[in-house]
Amino acid sequence: MADLATFPRLLHDRAQRFGSRPAMREKYLGIWQTWSWSEMNQHVRSFASGLAELGFKRGDRLVIIGDNRPRLYWGMAAAQCLGGVPVPTYQDAVASEVSYVVEHAGATFVLVENQEQTDKLLEVQEGFPSLQHIIHDDNRGLRDYDSAGVIALDKVIGFGEEKNKLDPNFLDSEIAKGSGDDAGIMLYTSGTTGKPKGVVLTHDNLMFAAKACVEIDNLDEKDSVLAYLPMAWVGDNVFSFAQAIWCGYCVNCPEGPETVQADMREIGPTYYFAPPRVFEGLLTNVTIRMEDAASIKQKLYKYFMGIASEIGGRLLDGESVGAGDRIKYWIGNVLVYAPLKDALGLGRVRTAYTAGEAIGPELFQFYRSIGVNLKQVYGQTEATVYVTVQPNGQVRADTVGIPVPGVELKIDDTGEVLYRGEGVFHSYYKNPESTASTKDTEGWVSTGDAGFMTDDGHLRIIDRVKDVGKFNSGKLFAPKYIENKLKFFSHVKEAVVFGADRDTAMAFIDMDIEAVGNWAERNNISYSSFQELAANEQVYRMVKESIEQVNEGLIEDPLMSHSQVHRFLILPKQLDADDGELTRTQKVRRAHIAEKYASLIDALYNGDKNHFVDLEVKYEDGRIGSVTGTLALEEAQVYEPSYTADKVA
Amino acid sequence: MAAQNATTEPSSKAPIMEMKNITLRFGGVTAIENISFDIREGEVRAIIGPNGAGKSSMLNVINGFYHPQEGEIWFRGAQRQSSRPHEIAKQGVARTFQNIALFKGMSTLDNIMSGRLNKMNSNMLAQAVWWGPARNEEIRHREAVEKVIDFLEIQHIRKTPVGRLPYGLQKRVELGRALAAEPKMLLLDEPMAGMNVEEKEDMSRFILDVNNEFGTTIVLIEHDMSVVMDISDRVVVLDYGKKIGDGNPDEVRSDQAVIDAYLGVSHDD
Repeated sequence: MADLATFPRLLHDRAQRFGSRPAMREKYLGIWQTWSWSEMNQHVRSFASGLAELGFKRGDRLVIIGDNRPRLYWGMAAAQCLGGVPVPTYQDAVASEVSYVVEHAGATFVLVENQEQTDKLLEVQEGFPSLQHIIHDDNRGLRDYDSAGVIALDKVIGFGEEKNKLDPNFLDSEIAKGSGDDAGIMLYTSGTTGKPKGVVLTHDNLMFAAKACVEIDNLDEKDSVLAYLPMAWVGDNVFSFAQAIWCGYCVNCPEGPETVQADMREIGPTYYFAPPRVFEGLLTNVTIRMEDAASIKQKLYKYFMGIASEIGGRLLDGESVGAGDRIKYWIGNVLVYAPLKDALGLGRVRTAYTAGEAIGPELFQFYRSIGVNLKQVYGQTEATVYVTVQPNGQVRADTVGIPVPGVELKIDDTGEVLYRGEGVFHSYYKNPESTASTKDTEGWVSTGDAGFMTDDGHLRIIDRVKDVGKFNSGKLFAPKYIENKLKFFSHVKEAVVFGADRDTAMAFIDMDIEAVGNWAERNNISYSSFQELAANEQVYRMVKESIEQVNEGLIEDPLMSHSQVHRFLILPKQLDADDGELTRTQKVRRAHIAEKYASLIDALYNGDKNHFVDLEVKYEDGRIGSVTGTLALEEAQVYEPSYTADKVA
Repeated sequence: MAAQNATTEPSSKAPIMEMKNITLRFGGVTAIENISFDIREGEVRAIIGPNGAGKSSMLNVINGFYHPQEGEIWFRGAQRQSSRPHEIAKQGVARTFQNIALFKGMSTLDNIMSGRLNKMNSNMLAQAVWWGPARNEEIRHREAVEKVIDFLEIQHIRKTPVGRLPYGLQKRVELGRALAAEPKMLLLDEPMAGMNVEEKEDMSRFILDVNNEFGTTIVLIEHDMSVVMDISDRVVVLDYGKKIGDGNPDEVRSDQAVIDAYLGVSHDD
């Protein structure tokens, strides 16, 4: 197996090269269990042969549903060994969403984590006779299931061990049949519009992304990551699978979604990746805890964070900083930054990335100021993550960096960003029309993002092409920009700003129940439900102040001063993917919200003081309830721009 | 639900406990009057009834806290002599309480560990210095506790003092403490009281999983009728200290005496 064109071959090579070094860890019964590269390779081989024993053939698709578990990752490699295509799917998807993927992918095999996911599939199985095997990792609650095709992963691996003993050459010959342009993985894009599309990425695509980490950040086998983001997301595939196998670093699986923070602290990853909402969540926690802290601690924190914001970023960028400032920063590091980073689990991070959507500049600077080398990467599933990335020393909040080696960029007449290169996806599965409309004959892929190149060759993204609109006055309306500023406040979880084809901007605020709940507790404000707290007058006042602060900031940017938020309301329920308001990657589905809440938007623009709503809510099990009540609609102060240039007219 | 896939029908099993003509009086008040019923091995048995029907008293009789003036209790083939609750607990009966009875200042882990007390042998001094056999013993028990934590999916609150947890989670920790004792029979006094729909669903799933996975017999008092009818194999209905119904959920649901006494008389115009 001389050439390492596919991941199974690469894994085989790494098992020899790194042998007993840790490949994966998982916390189980409170203790971190470790598998070395050679152990992992053995498990994958048994798993693969077991799959073959059940009838898995070249080109078959293996749908994978569950939290980040070592054996689910091994399932990906096992399917690839046989020339099959793993299709990781969002673990919190409801049965109908899962059924769409299973049907569209034409899957005959599904690998699930536990009983919850098994039940989901049994629910949809009747419609798809083609779905023959449901393999489950965790046996709990499943012992007595007698449905045909439900089988424990342990058994499958057992079959494989037998087969490998009887026919030791079988698997190697299967692995040898693969080539770099085989489909390596299929990922369903969350789809802010329309039905999800299955993005087919080849082994070559994945190799491109795997190598990128070495070229850009010099990662090696001594690094480690925490695998905590959904396996269905391209980022997790690249960071916890492709790059891990390429570099030989260790992938750590947390105990469960709720223990991520604690597990991260124990592991201390050196390479970290998170969408902005995770960084926001961390900062919210810090803010909440600082508000509960003793006053001396609060003062220390405030003082040294001030110093950090002046010096920290410059130090990271390698700029020259005076000796006095360095000493101050050093003291701050001992007293505040290092303990804080340790508490967040970021103490050992060499490189951290944020991607998925734009990050608020304040948020971005916060992490850099305390010495976390947080950088932005811009990409998408269709590019196998990488389009542009910020090299060390060239990190700025408002741009997303320069093209990754092997990627070309261009901006078309409408301002849309296009790219082409080695990472460009093979096709959308069973959807040639969409493939053709996204990827042109020369290989250029449209991103759907509006942006431009700065003078020094960095890409700056403004917003989604379809979201960027104009006010009636003809001035630019870029909602994401304002929303990100609003989201910097810990009590704002999500914000949706409207203003296209209107005279002014209005906002929906989605309250952060953790931050506001904590604040209510400290201030002896009692409440019995989310809705009641969201309607609280003091909460409204707090949100109003935040909006006014944002408005005040907006007047400094001549491009944005007319985007000040005039009126707002606090939503009586959280925006939720189950209600279709967010995508499964937690991005706001603006068009859907505008449609669902049309009467509320009208009420905002009509100047109504309050408005009655009756909202449908979908519970996790698919039942439907409702939230009813009268919402208050409030004014926020807007400010006159300090410059007077265009006031003359 | 999952438990209904069980291949072994509980009805085919022998009784683990039989109550024969139990009468319990407090002075002049008769809390339980001449009640007989059985609990079969591996079943989920619900006791329902309006307020003051004698449900909690019955549970206290089962775990030996109250001693009935009349009647016999047979547990695992032997007639129970008058015994104290901790002795009953050693025989494999664990319970949770209507009002949570945890050690509020202690962590989830320590609370569940306290459920292993009956299984620990080393003396207090050896435990305090964590030496020799006591150390191995603790490691062994910790593993059992970790399995319970994993089972109930409460890893994230392992080290949190239970007083700081929301109500639904405290209930789960209490179930965990009872499970840590590895009971043959688990008594649950209103496990879903005060919970929201999602918490109730979680709790129902855990109860069924316990029943399914460990074969634990479960006796449960609950007010939420839809939950009772969903998860129980058989239901006994009490009213004013008397038994007025006994059977599987469908039988009980259609029993006129039960409908009148408890589920309310329907008023069709």
